[in-house]
Amino acid sequence: METTGSKLKRVVIEPVTRVEGHGKVTLHLDEEGKLHDARLHIVEFRGFERFIQGRPYWEVPVLVQRLCGICPVSHHLAAAKAMDMIVGAEKLTPTGEKMRRLMHYGQTLQSHALHFFHLVSPDLLFGFDADPAVRNVIGVAMKHKDLAVQGVMMRKYGQEIIKATAGKKIHGTGAIPGGINKSLSLEERDGFLKGLGQIKEWAEGALALARKYTEDHLKELAGFGSFDSNHLSIVREDGAMDLYDGNLRAIDSEGKKIFDQVAPVDYLKHIKEEVRSWSYMKFPFIESLGTEKGWYRVGPLARVNTCDFIDTPVAEKERKELLQLTNGKPNNITMAYHWARMIELVHSLEKIAELLNDKDLQGSDLVVQGERRHEGVGILEAPRGTLFHHYRVNDDDQIEMANLIVSTTSNNEPMNRAVTSVAKQYFDGRAVTEGMLNRIEVAIRAYDPCLSCATHALGRMPLTVAVYDHQGKLLDRVVREGE
Amino acid sequence: MSETITFTIDGKKIPAKKGQTIIRAAEEAGVYIPRLCWLKDLIPGGACRVCTVLVNGRPQAACTQPAAGGIVVQNETEELFRWRKNIVAMLFVEGNHYCMFCEKSGNCELQAVAYRFGITAPKYPHQFPQRAVDASHPDVLIDHNRCILCWRCARTARVKDGKPIFGVVNRGIDSQLAVGPEQLGETELKATDKAVEACPVGALMKKRVGYAVPVGKRLYDHEPIGSDIEKAGNPA
Repeated sequence: METTGSKLKRVVIEPVTRVEGHGKVTLHLDEEGKLHDARLHIVEFRGFERFIQGRPYWEVPVLVQRLCGICPVSHHLAAAKAMDMIVGAEKLTPTGEKMRRLMHYGQTLQSHALHFFHLVSPDLLFGFDADPAVRNVIGVAMKHKDLAVQGVMMRKYGQEIIKATAGKKIHGTGAIPGGINKSLSLEERDGFLKGLGQIKEWAEGALALARKYTEDHLKELAGFGSFDSNHLSIVREDGAMDLYDGNLRAIDSEGKKIFDQVAPVDYLKHIKEEVRSWSYMKFPFIESLGTEKGWYRVGPLARVNTCDFIDTPVAEKERKELLQLTNGKPNNITMAYHWARMIELVHSLEKIAELLNDKDLQGSDLVVQGERRHEGVGILEAPRGTLFHHYRVNDDDQIEMANLIVSTTSNNEPMNRAVTSVAKQYFDGRAVTEGMLNRIEVAIRAYDPCLSCATHALGRMPLTVAVYDHQGKLLDRVVREGE
Repeated sequence: MSETITFTIDGKKIPAKKGQTIIRAAEEAGVYIPRLCWLKDLIPGGACRVCTVLVNGRPQAACTQPAAGGIVVQNETEELFRWRKNIVAMLFVEGNHYCMFCEKSGNCELQAVAYRFGITAPKYPHQFPQRAVDASHPDVLIDHNRCILCWRCARTARVKDGKPIFGVVNRGIDSQLAVGPEQLGETELKATDKAVEACPVGALMKKRVGYAVPVGKRLYDHEPIGSDIEKAGNPA
C-alpha cells in the first residue's frame, strides 16, 4: 500500500482485480458524510453502431463480433440472426440451425467455465478477505490444481467446438446470412464425443461446488448486494429455457409476468434506453414501468427465474432446487448468479451431447433464402445475458442503422444497485477500506460484466473507487492497478 | 515457329520463347516471382512493382521486361526481398485493409503475399484515407478502401469483356479507380464478367457471397501463395 498526499490516498494492491474491462466506482456522500449514492462507471464507448454504417450486410456478423474477445460468438450469431431476417430466411435448415446452436453452447460452456474457474473461484475458495496474493487464479492453481486444470480443459473443449463450427476459436466466419458455411465432420464429432464424459463430470463437480457454496453461506449471501428486481430473457414458445432462440419474457421480483412471448422484432415496443450524463453506458428499462421501476436483470440468474423449465434433466433438477431457496419464487440473491451460471454450464453440455448425436450436423443443406427485407432483429442469450442486435439495410445492401443492446448494459442498473447496497453496508463514511473494495468487486463480479466489451486482459484490469462529498469534492480515491 | 532462348534466374537455366516476359517464362519453369498486378493471359500493367527483379544487375519489372538470351536474372536476393516487402507494407497503410473481417481474407493475394513475406504488423503509419463504398450495382460492389490500383479489373474489362468500364481519376497518392458514369450501377458490368474475378483483393466483389467458403478451405489457408507454381516446376 502506498500513500501520496493527505487527501488523495493511492492504494496499490497486487495481484489485481478480476473484472473484465475497466471499471470505476464513485461513492457520493450527503452533508452528514453518509453514503448517498454509488455509481459504477464504465468506459464503454465503442462506436460500432456508427462505423458499420455503409458496410455490406453480410460482413456484419464477422465485423461486429470484434466487439469482444471473450464471447464474440454471441455477437456473431445475434448479427447472423438479424441478417437471416434481411435475406428472408424464415426458418434455417436443420443443419444450419443445429450447427449454430452447437457453436453457441460451445461458447456458453467456455465463457461460463472461464468466469467460474478463473475469475470467481478464488473468492469462493479462499473467502472475500483472503490475502489478495493468494486469492487469484494462481492461488487456485497452487492449492486446488485439479480445479484449475479442469477450468483450462473445459475452456479448451468449448473453444474447439467453436473452431469446428465457426472455423476459428476466436472471430470465426461460420454463421452467414441464412445459415452456416460448414457442417460437422464425423471425425470432429467423434473427437468431441470422446471427451464429453470427462467434461460433463467436471461441470457437474463445479455445479456441486457453486451450489454448496450458496447453500452454506445463504444467510450471508442473502443480504449481500441483493435486492428485488425484474428479470428478462428470451424463452422458447413452451416456456423452456432457450439460449439461442425464442421470444422475450419479463417477470417482476415475485414472478408475475410483465410481458411474455414478445417477438424479437417488437422489442422496441417494450424496451427503451435511458441516457445519464455521468456514464457512457445507457440504462435500458421496461417502458410500461418507467425508468424508476422498469430496470431489470439479465444473465444466468434471470434466465433461471424467467423460464418455466429447462429441457435437460440435470439442469432442470438443479433449477428446481435453486428456486427452493426462495420457496419457488424468483431468486433475487445476487450471489446466486454463480449457481445459476453453473446450471447453465451443465445445461450447455447436455445440449452439446444431444446435438453431437444428431445426424443433421452432417447435413449438406446449409443455407436458405427468401424474400429480401430491410430490417432485421436478432436476439439471443449471451453468456452474460440477453443480447439485442437490430439493423436496417438499404436497397444497395448497405447498413443504414444499427442498434446493439449488450448484456452488461442491461445489467448496468442492477450492478449500480449491488454496489450501492454493498457500499452502504461496508463504508464507514471516511475512507475506502480493503474489505469494502473486495466486497464491491465480488458484487460486480457476480454479474460477470464485460465492462468494456473488448479489452479483456485476464485479471489485469484496474478498478478505481473514488469518494466525493456533497459538494463534489474528492475525499478519497483507491486504485487497484492494472497494467 | 517460335524461337527458344535461354537465360538464368538465380543460376537456374530457364527456357523462354522469344518475346515472352521474364515472369511468364519463370512461371512456366516453376519459379515464382511475387506479383500483384500481373495476371496470366492479360496484357501486363507494370503497376505494383512487386515483381521487381535484377536483370544483369539492374532493377526491372519482371512482368513487362521481355526475356532475352543469356541475361542473368536475380529473383531471390536480400535487397529485392527488402524492396518488395516495403512495397507491400506501403500498400497496406495507403488504403484501409482490415483483414480481420474482410470477406476476401484467405483468398486475398495482398494478404497472401504479405504472409509469404512474413509481414505480420504494419511497418509504416496508417494513412486512414476517407474512401467510399460503391454498392449501387445490384450484384457487384466496389470497396475503394481496399483497392491497390493494380488495374487488373480495368485491363480485364477492356480486353476480355470488351467493356471499357474502369479508369483512373486524380494523380499520385490521390489516384482512384473510377467508372465511366458516376456509379457502378450505371455501367454495363455483369456479375459474371471476367473483370469481377480479376480483383486480387477485396475491392471489386460479387455481392452476397462473402464468407461462404469456411476457414480452412480458402485458397491460401494451407500453403503460401506461389506454392502451386513452385510445385508444378519441381515435381517431387
